[in-house]
Amino acid sequence: MSLEFLIASAIGALVAGGVYLSLRARTFQVVLGLTLLSYAVNLFLFAVGRLTVDRPPLYAKGVADYADPLPQALVLTAIVITFGMTALSVVLALRSFLESGSDQVDGIADEEAES
Amino acid sequence: MTAFDHLIVAPIVIPAVTAAVALLVMRRRRRLGAALSLAGCVAGLLAAVALLVTASDDAIRVYAIGGWRAPFGIVLVLDRLSAAMLVLASLLGTIVMAHAVITAADRKGWHFHPLFQFQLLGLNGAFLTGDLFNLFVFFEVLLIASYGLMLHGQGAARLKAGVAYVVVNIVGSAIFLVALGLLYGLTGTLNMADMGVRIAMLPSGDGGLARIAGLLLTAVFALKAALVPLHLWLPRTYAATMPVVAALFAIMTKVGVYAMIRVVPLVFGATTGEAAWVPSPWLAPAAIVTALLGFGGVLSGRGLRESAAFAVLGSTGSLLLVLAAWTPAATAAALFYLINATLAGAALFLVADVAMRRRGQYGDAIVPTPRFAGQDAVGLLYLATCIAAIGLPPLSGFIGKLLMLRATVDAPAQPAIWATILGTTLIGVVGFARSGSAIFWKPADGGAGLVSAERSRADLTAPAAALGAIVLLTVFAGPVSDWTAATARQVFAADRYVAAVLSSEAGR
Repeated sequence: MSLEFLIASAIGALVAGGVYLSLRARTFQVVLGLTLLSYAVNLFLFAVGRLTVDRPPLYAKGVADYADPLPQALVLTAIVITFGMTALSVVLALRSFLESGSDQVDGIADEEAES
Repeated sequence: MTAFDHLIVAPIVIPAVTAAVALLVMRRRRRLGAALSLAGCVAGLLAAVALLVTASDDAIRVYAIGGWRAPFGIVLVLDRLSAAMLVLASLLGTIVMAHAVITAADRKGWHFHPLFQFQLLGLNGAFLTGDLFNLFVFFEVLLIASYGLMLHGQGAARLKAGVAYVVVNIVGSAIFLVALGLLYGLTGTLNMADMGVRIAMLPSGDGGLARIAGLLLTAVFALKAALVPLHLWLPRTYAATMPVVAALFAIMTKVGVYAMIRVVPLVFGATTGEAAWVPSPWLAPAAIVTALLGFGGVLSGRGLRESAAFAVLGSTGSLLLVLAAWTPAATAAALFYLINATLAGAALFLVADVAMRRRGQYGDAIVPTPRFAGQDAVGLLYLATCIAAIGLPPLSGFIGKLLMLRATVDAPAQPAIWATILGTTLIGVVGFARSGSAIFWKPADGGAGLVSAERSRADLTAPAAALGAIVLLTVFAGPVSDWTAATARQVFAADRYVAAVLSSEAGR
């Protein structure tokens, strides 16, 4: 099994899980879904610089092939931003649950008592 | 490089500094902090006007941040399009900020002024940057600030709408990153000018990927512009937030439109082979539905804020419909209408705020009300704003729609475009006539007295100023449309932009 297949299927599984969870009705699951989606995006961005093994990113003596350092910088930026966003959405979801007494995304409380 | 050349960073630096200073000062001296914040807005407006004058010589100015030349460093690019958008955003920001200070809306929660300034920072940065990843970062800056502003004043309904707004935009950011990753993987660059050049040179096997990246990018911009079917977040968000914040948000949908005008001719323009004009076939049908749905929402809205939100949606739809022809003439007309639509959309929310403050327990519901203080003045303001928003003579909305109709005479989809624009105008007229006559004409039968504290007329200043800007736009429609025509020509001469950015000696 090649490295490409492994990374691609990992991204695919994360996106599938992320999309499924983001479409759920409760805020906690949605937040988890967003987290999975951002993992997938970060992995994807990382892979955009081509998958290479054991290559220096910037400069090393006597080396001809380099890994692309830019996607790593992009991923770092993306991680920081999504971390902030996730924190915000957790606080927001919690606050909205406390204010309205329901953790439904559309704000309609469950009529039937679910377990 | 003279000091004047550094003015290009001013629209980004001024709000950043003002935000920090306002945050510190607001703790002890509220009035001084608010005054500083307003002064920051005015300073930003002055800088934007100076840049507009600078850009009117048709040259494209490039500012290399940190002296790193494109395509290796991040550049700010000032051309006619970005200068015009800067002035529009700063003008709107100043008017809205003045209204917030006058009506004390900024005291309903914490940190209104810093968040507002960061919102302006994100907007200005998005208009100036010449780097696609930097555009993403500025989008995030303006979104994070908008989350805070949207929730300003709080309340359960606002929080619920806020959760949906934040979630939708986080998903949008994820898609933006995927598109960026694809484009970087294909071209090895993030600089927009460089990317346009390299997309044209892609091997034929990569055409499909480039098309996917282009469509994903357009989908993100369409989400920001609230194009059907990605519009669902907008009416709820704008109707739930404070009207003064919604007035500032009137420019947010236009950021998506701006990003399309900037990116599509440059990166997916005529010379780019397989990826040329990749969003076009999708844009026009979606825009038609958006326009219909928007003005239909004006007709069916239950509150002033809701109908204003739908009016913003409808105006974005009609301007994207014309833009989707991707000709310089159509873009020029769409740009003129964009200026009018932004100001009119903001004015609608400001007038809604003024009416809400006077109607006490009736809020913004479109129902007959007992007579309230300043009813005539508010009613007249509402009438004039609606005229501008729908595009009836004599205000500039009419001129904008006329320009758009004229620009699409020869378009292949001309019957559909004309039918949509004219039909939605009629629907909008009926919708606003209904809400206006219900609120300002019909006397309420019986009914308890109003619980309303608002007596002063000071809060009419900002809506009147917004309307004054629209009147000025009407009076100077000739020069402004000349300007937008020149802007469109500059946008479509992508090779000049590329030459300016990639051969820049600036910043050193």
